[in-house]
Amino acid sequence: MEAASLPDTPSRTPPGRSVLTALNENILWVLLALPLLYYFVKDPTQTLDDVKTGLSNGTIWALIALGYTLVYGIIELINFAHGEVFMIGSFVATSIWATMGVTAASSVAAIVGSIIVGLAVAMLASGSLNTMIERVAYRPLRNAPKLAPLISAIGMSFILQNVGLLWRPTPDSVPDLIKSQQSVFTIFDVAVERSDIFAVVVTVPLLVALLWFVGQTKYGKAMRATAQDPDAARLMGIDIDRTISLTFMLGGLLAGAAGMIYALYNGTIQFNQGFTAGLIAFTAAVMGGIGNLKGAVIGGLIIGVIQAISDTHYGGIWTPAVVFAILILVMVFRPQGLFGEETREG
Amino acid sequence: MSATAATLRTNVTSVARLLPNWAWGIAFLGLAVVYPYFVAPNLLDASITTLAYIIMALGLNIVVGFAGLLDLGYVAFFAIGAYVMGWLGSAHFADLDIHVLASKFANNLPGIHLNFVFILIAAALFTGLWGVILGAPTLRLRGDYLAIVTLAFGEIVPRVFENATSGIFGIGSTDWSNGRQGITPVDKIALPGETPLRYPIELEPVYYVALAMVLVTLFINRRLRDSRLGRAWIAVREDQVAAAAMGVNLVRTKLWAYAIGASLGGFSGVFLATYNNTVNVDQFEFGFSVFILCMVIIGGMGNIWGVILGAIVLSMINRYVLKQLNGVPDAIGLDFDLTSVNFGIFGFLLLVMMVLRPEGFIPSGRRKLELHAAEIDPTDHVGAASDAQSYDVRQR
Repeated sequence: MEAASLPDTPSRTPPGRSVLTALNENILWVLLALPLLYYFVKDPTQTLDDVKTGLSNGTIWALIALGYTLVYGIIELINFAHGEVFMIGSFVATSIWATMGVTAASSVAAIVGSIIVGLAVAMLASGSLNTMIERVAYRPLRNAPKLAPLISAIGMSFILQNVGLLWRPTPDSVPDLIKSQQSVFTIFDVAVERSDIFAVVVTVPLLVALLWFVGQTKYGKAMRATAQDPDAARLMGIDIDRTISLTFMLGGLLAGAAGMIYALYNGTIQFNQGFTAGLIAFTAAVMGGIGNLKGAVIGGLIIGVIQAISDTHYGGIWTPAVVFAILILVMVFRPQGLFGEETREG
Repeated sequence: MSATAATLRTNVTSVARLLPNWAWGIAFLGLAVVYPYFVAPNLLDASITTLAYIIMALGLNIVVGFAGLLDLGYVAFFAIGAYVMGWLGSAHFADLDIHVLASKFANNLPGIHLNFVFILIAAALFTGLWGVILGAPTLRLRGDYLAIVTLAFGEIVPRVFENATSGIFGIGSTDWSNGRQGITPVDKIALPGETPLRYPIELEPVYYVALAMVLVTLFINRRLRDSRLGRAWIAVREDQVAAAAMGVNLVRTKLWAYAIGASLGGFSGVFLATYNNTVNVDQFEFGFSVFILCMVIIGGMGNIWGVILGAIVLSMINRYVLKQLNGVPDAIGLDFDLTSVNFGIFGFLLLVMMVLRPEGFIPSGRRKLELHAAEIDPTDHVGAASDAQSYDVRQR
């Protein structure tokens, strides 16, 4: 983080660098690839199955990680409440389906319609919630030392978690609208289930839309300018407050979508799902180089695969410890993430 | 701050000056000594836990308040201390048969049973060591990244204990923790060969044990704050580059902060383990780290008396006030258990505190200046503000 914020750090190593430097710069890739290779040789089918599960699960982490990375890129704040925004997204979507009265037995048109409505409402709810959080908890502290907004973010996260607790005190099951366990096709002996397809089908258009928005539109340009230098951006006539609100809105929209996918993918929702999911997604964002959008997506997918492999070989009980250990290793030894200096949006 | 607050501050200061500092100290101590004879058992029970939390808050204050290293995983040291109590003072390792100055009852039980004082020392040393081990990787990190890495450690340690029922990560086959059931019962505090204290039936003696532990902690904290090491911590907190340039050894200074902060967490963890009669992994959640951090921040980071006040207020809210107010949501037609949302209430307090008064109730002078840097009138010369504040820094 420190290195990334220093403007005079040379971003390119001079030509004629040694093999050691090259290894050092790509050490993370090597360390990630080696275990995968090992398990692949040991048990190809199982590992391919893990990779499939990991990638589809990873799309959820990727969507959440984008929210972290967008916000961190623009105001250098870890939005601690982001996991809870995701949780609220799940809750809203599930409540919508309950209100509409759809079940797994409803007609295809009704199910597709309700999923689209659920997605839209969950996204809007999470997006506005995230914008509101920024107004209440972060904006008054914009000029305070960095510790202050981080602590108010933790406070916000606890408040929302308790809102979730009051809303649904016990884990609730979600109607299996997509018949998630049903196998669609088999490739290399790996059965691809409807839930996998569903996660990918919902996520990819959102990712494309986000990259287009940040990369191609005027608003995206304003966001990138603000991320680069807020003062200069203000001088160029950019409304900083509105741009930051917009960033939180975007992050919230994606978290809401992730919440909706999570609800259907996992079939159960509970008030504390946001905390763990938030930490996992944050790990993904750091791994991809925080502030880097593509990095967050790839980080999310990688974390998904790591989790799936760890679940198979060490049992689910050790998986959180494995993910957190990776978080620590990345932050300590390679804080700039997988893609080196190429931080910030884009 | 507003004029009302300023008037209040002047009034409080003039009351405080009625007596010299040592007289206030004796007065508060006297109050604390006679306290158990005036309160109901449920309030005394809450007060004993509060004393244990004060120790933790003071420990965390060393790391966060003095050295300025935001630690979001303090619960790890509570866990390690508690498990040391579980290992050295229960029948958990039933194959072993080690008794050192244990109580009359414990002498007849299998397992390891050491005297409480030995366990305290062992736990303080062991958690201190872990403070260094977990602190070392974070030395080059600052701010948010430091916070997240400590948070990750705070999550890993309880998970490791939870899962270490048959070796740790597949190494060995010892059961270190008895999994989710936890280690219970745990030995009571006792003199060698005597009958152990009879808590939770009789609470006064154990209250005095806790009070003594708080006094030891307070003494250590005060002496450390004014020592060379304490001044180095504050220098590192203010500006670590400048501190390093002045010859402060950053690595050693930070590691000592982690070690001593962790030791106090373990110290308190041992007490809570025996007081609650169980070492259970459910206690060691992220919320607890934030709970203790909340005490430090709301009381006034870096100020010992502020932190104690914060610990008393929050802990009493958590252990006593919420239980007393439990009828309120029902009375106004809402159906929920007030104690279940206690962390939400603390979250709300944190948020309000950060927005309205980020320096806490009784701020340390320097910290306050730092947090209100933007509000200081640029035409005012900086010296005037620091002259007014120097009283807080030196005398409290």
